[in-house]
Amino acid sequence: MSQSTSSEIRWEPGAELPELRVTPDRYLTVRYAGASGDFNPIHIDEEFAKSVGLPGRILHGLWTMAQAARALTEAAGGPEHLKRLSVQFRGMGVPEQEIVVHATVLEREGDRVIVEPVVEQGGKRIIRNARAELVIGSLGGG
Amino acid sequence: MAVNTQAVGKRYEPTRYAVGREKVIEYALAVGERNPLHLDVEAARAAGYADVVAPPMFAVVFAARSMAPALFDPEVGINFALMVHGGQELSWGELVVAGDEIMTEVTVKEIYEQEGRGFYIYESISRNQRGAEVVRGTWTHIVRGA
Repeated sequence: MSQSTSSEIRWEPGAELPELRVTPDRYLTVRYAGASGDFNPIHIDEEFAKSVGLPGRILHGLWTMAQAARALTEAAGGPEHLKRLSVQFRGMGVPEQEIVVHATVLEREGDRVIVEPVVEQGGKRIIRNARAELVIGSLGGG
Repeated sequence: MAVNTQAVGKRYEPTRYAVGREKVIEYALAVGERNPLHLDVEAARAAGYADVVAPPMFAVVFAARSMAPALFDPEVGINFALMVHGGQELSWGELVVAGDEIMTEVTVKEIYEQEGRGFYIYESISRNQRGAEVVRGTWTHIVRGA
């Protein structure tokens, strides 16, 4: 893995966490449907998606939210650091176009940090008003 | 549009979900996780966990089973043709690992109308086999005016 660890990040207001870039491939929505159990045809059936007025198949919002979560847990050094994440789904993501997640520290109180993740595709935000709470420092294994 | 708020406060029968190792790995790969805690049982055990660790967002997989009856409840009366998943909040407690059995209970938290749209807000609380809360979710579904 080539990822920054929490010790390299200055967890203070204004600090930027390492950017995460990911391009969902053509069949990602099919794999995610199987993995998650969400088989809504707007995500996996091009013709159906177009028939309901979409440009084509769109990404699952919860997959996109999972990219924000992954950017945060990778930055913080593991899943145990993420305590809360809230997002609003606006706009829509599409397959085969790069997604960029960046996140900024808004507040810090002791080991608790409030972060604003932003998820963009083609310069447009596909998640809005996201907030996350992380606990930094070494929590260790279970 | 008029929303029917009678279902506010309604609780649904909790559902059980047994967390499987290969399911966690399948989910972790689908969302691009690279942390071996989610992918490799030996790495997870070396870090002190009983089995592979579910990525935090795996919560939507075990909670979805409980959400479905609540979403499709005729007493709530959501018009699915016009519904979008508007927002999601998750708050995590203990980590979930393969082998856990998760019970999730869903409640209708709020139903209201704003600017011609219906807002349907559910809360899910998921606990592991020891009774420890692993995740609490707030699910916002929006139905465009009809």
